Amino acid sequence: MKLFTKISVLCLALTSLGASAALDIIITEGIDSARPVAIVPFKWLGEGKKPHGLTDVVSNDLRFSGRFSPRAVFSMPQTPSTASEVDFQAWSDQGIEAMVVGTIKPYINGRYIVGFQLIDVLRAQITKGQAKILKGGQLVLSNDHILDARETVISAKEFRQYGHRISDIVYEKLTGDRGAFRTKIAYVLVNRKKPEFKYRLMISDYDGFNEVEILRSRQPLMSPNWSPDGTKLAYVSFENERAQIFVQDIYTKKREKMSSYRGINSAPQWSPDGKTLAIVLSKDGNPDLYTLDIATRELTRITKNRAIDTEPSWSPDGKSLVFTSERGGKPQIYRVNLESRRINRLTFDGEMNLGGSITPKNDHLVMVNRSRGKYHIAKQDLKSGNIQVLTKTRLDESPSIAPNGSMIIYGTMHRGQQVLGLVSIDGRFKARLPVRDGEVRAPAWSPFIY
Amino acid sequence: MRLNKIVKGFAIAIPLFALAACGSTSTTESNGSETNGAEAAQESNVVVGKVEKILSPAEKQLLALQELRKEHIIYFDFDTASVSRSFAMLLDAHAQYLRANSSANVLVEGHADERGTPEYNIALGERRAKAVSRYLEGLGVNASQIETVSYGEEKPLDNSRTDAGFSKNRRAVLVY
Repeated sequence: MKLFTKISVLCLALTSLGASAALDIIITEGIDSARPVAIVPFKWLGEGKKPHGLTDVVSNDLRFSGRFSPRAVFSMPQTPSTASEVDFQAWSDQGIEAMVVGTIKPYINGRYIVGFQLIDVLRAQITKGQAKILKGGQLVLSNDHILDARETVISAKEFRQYGHRISDIVYEKLTGDRGAFRTKIAYVLVNRKKPEFKYRLMISDYDGFNEVEILRSRQPLMSPNWSPDGTKLAYVSFENERAQIFVQDIYTKKREKMSSYRGINSAPQWSPDGKTLAIVLSKDGNPDLYTLDIATRELTRITKNRAIDTEPSWSPDGKSLVFTSERGGKPQIYRVNLESRRINRLTFDGEMNLGGSITPKNDHLVMVNRSRGKYHIAKQDLKSGNIQVLTKTRLDESPSIAPNGSMIIYGTMHRGQQVLGLVSIDGRFKARLPVRDGEVRAPAWSPFIY
Repeated sequence: MRLNKIVKGFAIAIPLFALAACGSTSTTESNGSETNGAEAAQESNVVVGKVEKILSPAEKQLLALQELRKEHIIYFDFDTASVSRSFAMLLDAHAQYLRANSSANVLVEGHADERGTPEYNIALGERRAKAVSRYLEGLGVNASQIETVSYGEEKPLDNSRTDAGFSKNRRAVLVY
């Protein structure tokens, strides 16, 4: 907690300097494909000090998505607070495609009225903001350059969250895809120097803010996975000196032991309908896939093979599981149809492929690929079979896909320490969560929560 | 390599043993501690000696086994779970002990290095633990005396993520 406070303070300091916040940005190729936008600091219409931490959240979100390049505040030609004040020519001269302007007004009981407009600068530059439509037999201003406009009352504590909300709106309006800025990540923090409770299961906002510890253990914690409604985590705990699968409600602290068979109890994955856990058990000899009905506790064996079968992951329609198997010699990724039990092999390239999961749009397989001894995050087009290696870092593992399919969070090494990395699904944008005191492992991206 | 070390250890230990047996009267065992030995010698009128016991071959073997059992880690090659020949003596020692003490139980922990995914490494660690368990059973140890657990890559011995570190982490550990 203390450490996190320190990091937050540092991040806030950086933010106020206009630099990056919780994520370090590594600029790699493809940065020119990011669309230039401007998030103008909202105008403070009250007395005294302006409340902080709204527009910088939006700027950072859009930058971290890899699809936008928000203009720095100091290089803005003007700081308008409504669409009517905007000099469209000046902004379009700078290549800005879209901008957000707004105001913050004090309200009662320490609350604020926040209003904003999302403006299509290119459209406005053409129409001078004077586009008209016929309405009730009269020509009226269509304001078709204003893509969205909202006003809401929030408390100071809700500024970050509302910033993410604005980001979601901007992202969806400008890309057509749902934004994932109000999602969370779960991960395991390991501090091997601690005399006890070395292992901690944590949840934070996707950008590392608002970190909360939900479990602390003397023994390893592994493989957190979110329920589809975002209220529970399934994970593996060694608290009884053996692997057991637990489910914990993140809001009520309620924990339930789900699986404690002889041998390994590993890799729980919630089905898309939330009723079943796919798990790996070795109770019948060697690791095989099973499904566990959460309500009835009925166990169904899915694979039966002398090789290792592990790392199940549900297809978006819930009808099949992709999994890692050694049945062909080295670990590769296979898919089993849950109804017919037919199994087909999905990966052939590289020395090994592990930890596969299918993207929400059902078009790609994301996995860990081993080629020439190096472990990288890769994606394979499910139709063409083409593989694209997305990362260049070291010992990459545990990829988890954002619910809108735009980004992958994964475990990687940075200067000899295990950290979390982010890579956009096209591999063009990469970012890194800050280095912690200890190792950060097993990230799991939440589903949409709001 | 490890076997070599053990053999060398014997080579040193046995002559030392012999030496100790010859010069057995030299040590002082009075009420004083070693630091004030000179003073003690002045005050006390006797010096107590002892004879080093000469061990029977069986006792020597037992001692050697005890020494061997202090080693309880078996290392593995990358992505494999077969017990290498160099750990035969070590496992023999543990098997003899377990056979002789049927009430003793051993927990075999399987571990993997940090390459690959944590979940796959859990499976790999289990395979190593089971390979050692089967090996011991092959030497006549009762299966009910052996438990296995896999920690995968979650409890590395060496955190450096170098090849040397990886090879230390690919291991099975016998825990009594």
